[in-house]
Order: sequence, then C-alpha cells, then structure tokens
Amino acid sequence: MNETPVVKQAEGGSAASPTSTATPASGASPASERADLRPENIQDAVIRLAGNSQDGIQTAGAFLARLAGRSDHDVMTYMTIPATISGGPSIFQVRIGSGEVLSAGDEADFLVAFYQHSYQDHLDFLREGGVLLYDSDNVEPNLDDKRFVYVGVPITGLTVEALGGTAKDKGKNIFVLGLIAKIFNLDVEKLKKLITEKFGGKDQSIVNTALMAFQAGYAYPVGNVLTKHYRFEHFPKTSGRAQITMDGNQALAYGLIAAGVRYGAGYPITPWSSIMETLRRELPKYDGIFVQAEDELGAVSLALGFSYSGYLAVTGSAGPGISLKAEAIGWASMAEIPLIVCNIQRGGPSTGLPTNVEQSDLHQAIFGSHGDSPRVVLAAASVEDCFYIAIEAARIARKYSTPVFILSDTSLATRIEAFDEPDLSKLMVDPKPDLTPREGGFKPYDLERITQHIPPGTRILDGKYPLIGGLEHDEMGHPTGSPKLHMAMTAKRRNKLRKLAEEIPVPEVYGDQEGDTLLVGWGSTYGPIHDAVKMGREHGEKIGALHLRHVHPLPNGLEKIFAKFKRVVTVEMNDQGLYGYGQLATILRARYCEPKIQSVTKTDGLTFRVKEILQGVFPGKFVSVRGYSPNRPVSGNGEQDVDVARAESIAQGAG
Amino acid sequence: MSMLPAPNLSPKELVNDDVDLMSETNMTTASPAVAGNRQSGSDSPAIAEPPREKLTKKAITADHPTWCPGCGDFAVLAAFYKVLEKRQLDHEKIVTLAGIGCSSRFPYFVNGHGAHYIHGRAVPLASGISLARPDLHVFLFGGDGDGFSIGGNHLDHGARKNINMTYFIMDNFVYGLTKKQTSPTSPIGFKSKTDPIGAIDQPVNPMKKLIAGGATFIARTHAAQVNHMIQMIERAFDHQGFSVIECLSECVEFFPDVFDPANPKKGGSFEVIQEKKWDNTPEDDLRHDVTDELAAYKLASLPFPGVFGVFYQSDRPTKNALEKKWIETTREKIGGASDVEILRKTFDRMK
Ligand SMILES: Cc1ncc(C[n+]2csc(CCOP(=O)(O)OP(=O)(O)O)c2C)c(N)n1
Ligand code: SF4
Ligand SMILES: [Mg+2]
Repeated sequence: MNETPVVKQAEGGSAASPTSTATPASGASPASERADLRPENIQDAVIRLAGNSQDGIQTAGAFLARLAGRSDHDVMTYMTIPATISGGPSIFQVRIGSGEVLSAGDEADFLVAFYQHSYQDHLDFLREGGVLLYDSDNVEPNLDDKRFVYVGVPITGLTVEALGGTAKDKGKNIFVLGLIAKIFNLDVEKLKKLITEKFGGKDQSIVNTALMAFQAGYAYPVGNVLTKHYRFEHFPKTSGRAQITMDGNQALAYGLIAAGVRYGAGYPITPWSSIMETLRRELPKYDGIFVQAEDELGAVSLALGFSYSGYLAVTGSAGPGISLKAEAIGWASMAEIPLIVCNIQRGGPSTGLPTNVEQSDLHQAIFGSHGDSPRVVLAAASVEDCFYIAIEAARIARKYSTPVFILSDTSLATRIEAFDEPDLSKLMVDPKPDLTPREGGFKPYDLERITQHIPPGTRILDGKYPLIGGLEHDEMGHPTGSPKLHMAMTAKRRNKLRKLAEEIPVPEVYGDQEGDTLLVGWGSTYGPIHDAVKMGREHGEKIGALHLRHVHPLPNGLEKIFAKFKRVVTVEMNDQGLYGYGQLATILRARYCEPKIQSVTKTDGLTFRVKEILQGVFPGKFVSVRGYSPNRPVSGNGEQDVDVARAESIAQGAG
Repeated sequence: MSMLPAPNLSPKELVNDDVDLMSETNMTTASPAVAGNRQSGSDSPAIAEPPREKLTKKAITADHPTWCPGCGDFAVLAAFYKVLEKRQLDHEKIVTLAGIGCSSRFPYFVNGHGAHYIHGRAVPLASGISLARPDLHVFLFGGDGDGFSIGGNHLDHGARKNINMTYFIMDNFVYGLTKKQTSPTSPIGFKSKTDPIGAIDQPVNPMKKLIAGGATFIARTHAAQVNHMIQMIERAFDHQGFSVIECLSECVEFFPDVFDPANPKKGGSFEVIQEKKWDNTPEDDLRHDVTDELAAYKLASLPFPGVFGVFYQSDRPTKNALEKKWIETTREKIGGASDVEILRKTFDRMK
C-alpha cells in the first residue's frame, strides 16, 4: 500500500483512507456534521494493535487474520513477543488485502493503542492521515498533532460496563474487535462463529462473555467520531480452493506430515518448540511418534535411529540446539542416512535475542559439522512455503539419502497467513519403508550410483549384510584407511549434491528481467524484497528480484541471470561480517567470483521494512519516504530500541 | 556448472576404470531389488524368497576383530554368537549398534544389519530404531567411557523411559581406543596418561547409576565367564524394557589383570548372586529379591570385585508400549480415517 500517494489529512480531522480505489471524498466535514455512512471500498489496510501481551491482542489479531482467510482475502500478520515470561508491551499487526499481500506493511493505517506507552512507541508507525484508535481511559494523545485522525473510545470502562464486575477489563481485545468490525464492515456472523469456535467447548459462559464484549464494541457509536467506514473489495480467488489460515510453524509441521514424516524428536527452544508440540500431538493420529528427548544430541540421534529404521524423520531446534546436533549431522552425511533438520532461526550467537528474527545461521547450516560433510539447505519464503518446503526436503532427503536442512525464522514461525488449501490427494506421501528383499551383491555405498539407505528388516539374499557407519568405509561399509577410497567416497558424497543442483529449477526473476539491480534473497525476506522491487520500479529503478528456496546446493544457471544486471545485491538479516558481505553474498561471491555481488544486511532483530531495503540498495535515495527514520526507537519492548543497529544497517548499505 | 572449478580427481579413475560414477543412466537406480513385497505388514502377496537356512556362527561372522590379542571383548563376541545361534532369530531382524571405542567396534564383527554411530549417543539412536520398529531385535554394545561418561545422560534417560533394547557395556575401567586415559569407572589411584599420579575422582558405580536411572533389567557379568555371559544376555534379551549388562572385560593393553580378583583361574572368586526361588525355605530368606531396589542398591555397595548376576528387574511398562497405547486410543477415536482424511479435517478447522 505504500506506493499509493498518501491522502492528506484535512483540517479538523476527518476520515483516513487506507489504500483507496475511490478518490477519497474531500473529508472536510466536521465529525458532527458527517452525513454519508456509505463505506468506502479499499483494497488493503494495515491495522496495528499495540498493548500488553496479557491483553490478548494476539487473539484479537488472529481473529482478523482468520476472518480474512475465510473471506478470500490475502492476509499477513506480524507480531512481537516480549522476551519476559510475565508479559509486557506487545504488538500484533494485521495486513489485509484484496490483492497480493507480501509483507506486513511498513506503516499502519490504523493504530489501536491500549496504553500511553503503546501510543508513544507506535505513533511513528502510523502513516500521515492514519487513524489512531485509542483507549481514552488510559491514553492522552497530543491532539495538536494534526497529521492523524483521533478516535478516542473509553475501551476499558465500556468493557467493564458490558461484562460486569468479575471479568474486570478482560475482554478489551474482543471489544476492540467489535469496533474494528464496525469500522471495516467486517462479516459479523463469520466473526461470531470464529469466536464461538475459539472459546467454545468447556464453558458456555466464556463464549457468552466474549460475544457480549464483541457486541458492545460493535454497537459503540464510533460513527460519531469517525466519518468514514470501509469495506474490503472482494475479488474472488481464481484457484477455487478454500483458504486455510495458520502460522509458519504449523505449516511446516503439517507439511512434514503430508511429506510422510511420521517420526521425530526434539528438545524445546523458542521459536522451534511449537513444531514439536504440534507433531507430538498430531503424529499418533498417523501411527507415528514424536519424542521429547533429553537434549538436542539425544534428539538428533533418535531421529537418525528412526531414519535408519526406514522412516525418514525430523529433528529441529534454533541455532544453539543445532550447534549440539552438529556432530550427528556429520555422521548422517558420512553414513548417508536421510534426515530433516529444521532450524527456526533467532538472533544469535548464544542465547542471543531469543524472540527476535535473524538469518545468521546460513553458514552453520551449510558448513556446521566437521570434515567435508555435504548436506542440503532449503529456506522457506513464506508461511505457505513452509508447508511445501517440507515436502521438497523430504523428497530430496529420500532420493539422495542425505541430511536436509529447512531454514525458517522467528517471523515465519509466529506470523499468520492465509493460503490456498493444499491439494492433499496429490501431495500426500506414503511413509512405509521399503523392505523388499535384495539380491546378493548389495553394496550400501556403491560408488556407481546414488545409494539409498536400506533399512534393517530387509533380507539380503546372499546373506551379506550392510554395515552403516561413521568411519570412512568401502562400498560394503567396512572401515578403510585407504586414501583412494576416502577420496572416492568424499567425491561420492559431494557429487550427489552436484547432481541435485542440475535438477533444481532456476528461480524466476520478479520485476525487471535485466537492468541495474538484481536483489537476491532467501527465507522470510521474500515479501519485503518483492515489495521493494514494486516500489523501486514505481520510482523508475530498473530492478528485479530472485529468491532462493534451494540455498545449498545452488541451482545451476544463476550466472546467466546475474549477467543481465549491473549489480547483484543480497538482502539479508545478518551481519556483514569481517569482509563486508552477508552470509549468502559471501557464498555467492565464492561460487561466482563476481565482484558485482554485494549485500544489504542488518542486525536489529526485526524484519526488513520495504524502505530499509530501498535505502540500503540505493543509498541517498528514498530518504524522504515516510515510515522510516534511522534514529527512531522502534518500541520499548521485545522490539528493542535499535537506534545504533539501524544506523548501522544503513551504514552497511550495499557493501 | 561452467563456473565450478573442475574436480581435482575423478573418483572413477581412482577406483574402477569402467565405472562412470555419476552418469545419468545409473543415477536413480537403487540396489537391485526382488520384485513385490513392501514393508512387513503390507498385504501385498509374499514373493518367492529362498527358504531360510539355519543361522550358523559362520553366517553371523563378519570381519575378523581388530582387538588386541587377549582383549576381553573377544569372549563377549563369542558369547553373543552363541546366543544368536541358540535363538535362531530371523537374520535380517538382528540389529547390532554401537557408539565409539574399542568395544564399540562390535557391529563390524557381526554380519547383520547394524550401525557404528558416534561417541556416547548410541542409546538414543537405538531408541529410535526400537520405537519405530518393534519387529527388530535391537542389540547395543559399548564401553564404559561411551556409556557412563559422554553418554551418561542418555543412559539415564533411556533407562527412565524404559525403551526396549539390550545394552551390553564392556567395562574395562579405562579408555582403550584412545590409549589409556582415565575412564569414569577407573578406580582411585589408577595411573593413566591423564592421571599420571593416579586417578583422584570418585568412580561411577554402574549398578547404582542404573538403579537410580530406572533401568528395568540390570545385571553384571565377567568376560572370563562365558556361560554366565550367555545366561545374562539371554535374560536381558527376554526382558521387555531397557536391559543393561555391565561386563568386566579386561583391557590387556592398558589395564591388565584388573579383574583377576573375580577370576577363579587367576586366584580370585566369582561370586554369583543367589536369586530368590520363592520356595518358602529358610535359605530363601537370604536370597536376593531382584524386584527389591533397595536390596539391589546394597549389593551394588559391596567392595570390588563385588557380585555378579541379576541385580534388579521390574516389569514397569516400556515407552514402546505406552506410545503404542496412545496411538491405538487416538486412532480408535478417529475411526480408521486415512492419513489424507485426517489432515483434511485438521485443515477444515483452519478455514
Ligand atoms: C565426540 C568424541 N569425543 C572423543 C572421541 C575420542 N574417543 C574415542 S573412543 C573414546 C573413549 C573410549 O572409551 P570406552 O568407551 O571405555 O571404550 P573402550 O575403548 O575402552 O572399549 C574416546 C575418548 C570421539 N571419538 N568422539
Ligand atoms: S586397547 Fe584394550 S580394550 Fe582396546 S582392543 Fe586392546 S585390549 Fe581391548
Ligand atoms: Mg573402556
């Protein structure tokens, strides 16, 4: 939405207009005289709820996301979780659009502020002309600032009034949901159904309370202060498939199930834990088991035991736990046992920034073990892609009998998106191991072919059984110290990944197919990078983007694409390192020996904003675009104050 | 691939002249397979497999062991062969696993499916195999360093979870493979390369560790007592649960003669635990009740060389059984729906 010229706020305060298709009526009429309640059609709106995590703003935001999904809208959410256990300032941002929604939005059209600190910390995210909806019981905004539209509602008082004494102000979130439903003409029946589904079950009184809070918010005469209502334009989806709404960790877990993964093991760590929780709960339905192990070394070993036994298995963690798994991953590489390893990245090193986002484990994924230990590394680009990447990872792991990493991160793990329901009848993989008896002469490490692991229980008809191990071995698996065999086996393990590289499709370039700048990304930066290309092209830049799902090995043929651009700039949430390049840029430079490969990197623990990318790629340009200022504290909580880091992300620029 | 530097040496030149290592034609083929039959439990018609021959010692013998002549581990291998011959298990269902150490070389000397894993982590590896494949016989071998030091935590948790397997620990009170460093069971005063003035740290008491950990079959034996070893392996194998045998197995190279006090041939005495027969005789009062944890703990406190036999046994349910039960009740609830149907239903709730 940022590409649309901002609707200027008229004197006296009037309607804000999120990306509007209709020319906004010159909204000069004072609120009291407003006459027209006809909703204005919009395509896209960013709503940021700012409060404390215990207020249930995630719940309210999730309702909006689910509703958008049910209504065929594209939706993307963004949230910050305080690192403290007892809660603290927290936000949930929902971007709902009738077209393609790629990023959570640099700026909010609507800011809902529950507290004074919410107002203070997030006002800078509200675009000029945007609406500040605030709890007038707790917030005193500076009404002299004429850039915004102010809508004060005594949210706390009205919630208490509506629900009676015992609930106190619990239910503010649902009251606000009612308000928003009114302002945006949302489908009340669907919302009520969602509320009933969510709170239904144990205690009918909880559903009733929630519905009362919703009704109170919806009935509030918000029209007295806000002159406009909105309605999302409806473009029916062409796919004809229903939309499902979930976060990235759920998508990854269900993707694994669809991929035929029935066994796994893990140890809890943010932000990986919810995957293991989902699998622990779900796998028994599919005749499978997920084990909570004593530690990450135990977890990866259990998973390798499952895989060895014939059932491709998953383990996962965040960076610190992946470090512990490194030795065993080297074994998987040497023994040629398939395995899926998920790394839901967070800020590191060490305990680092446990609830923030970073992409600083790429090199760990590619190289993290000992010796020459080839493995495959894939990265999910979106919540939907978390589902499909799991299927791709399982396919590769089985075919090439190798460990495969799936890289995701905090932002994908926690954000909710709606996407087309996958066609399970085509995708679902049968997990049964193949125990077909083998003729004699079976070699587990045959140098003539890419060998697949043969699980125990398989009869070998000449009675010579394979031995799987971590010592360098001959073709039968027996230990050898032969230099020739070590060279041949090292080449075998490496060459199968070269073979894989031939089979991976070369990604399509988005935007300009040739020109000045090619942005290259991997992982969750997909959305902001694509939005940056859109915005850059609108400002006359010749810019395209290429996104890598297969990061290691790289698909063959990238050099042909790189040749069409004057420079290639990776966009990465990691440090520029000693030599000035982000982790992917470092790999690409080593692979292509191409000095025109550069990078824009940052380490503030937050997702990229579209303007940050453009300002990094085109230093000196795009500074006037509102919504970004390097010295602005982002918030006082989980999103820590990042003045320095942000300033640095600019300083790093394209380097 | 044009920008890739040429590989230094093509492996085909190194190994076999008429083999094109990565040629298109032989890439995708797996090993030659006999047609038909998938997965045990699949209902596809059985193929014509050759009849099974008797499982002889020859059939289960693989590489000649690389142990030093006289190493106690030879006798363990011999005892294991005997058990396999006696039990006539299906050859392909025997799985031999190990971590790292001299003793952990074991799987290379057994012709059967098996894996040589990493140092100290073989218990969770074996756990994965055991949980996913109840049709297999999971045998795990290792040393004292592998089991009680680097793998000590896994041992506790394998025990606590009571995962079904037979785990045989060759305890030589020393690190053999790495050539004489102090091990977690080295006695105080043992002079090693890492304790030149003699070990000063309190050693682990394996029996106590296993009792406290929750293992459900705990026994102790001696590599010079082949018949006793065989008995212990068979009882451990028959036990449903996490069955562990500690076997004093001499490292002739780095800690010779240490187990002589328990070897009658070397002037010692091999004292076997007398288990209760529940025959209401006065003698029986003095015999050991293997289900009595406290009594087992007391036996474990006897001074070196202590006693041999079964210290403790309990029929606490295995994790294998408990997980299976959860799966069965869950699947009963969803009434035989197919995998696709189950996942579709989950997605319906996310619409
Ligand atoms: C992670 C790791 N650390 C250390 C080693 C080196 N190492 C190999 S075997 C061993 C000790 C083996 O002792 P034990 O388990 O008692 O077996 P033994 O050789 O005595 O039978 C050590 C320290 C290793 N292989 N891997
Ligand atoms: S070093 Fe010791 S334990 Fe290892 S093979 Fe030799 S005698 Fe056996
Ligand atoms: Mg030892």
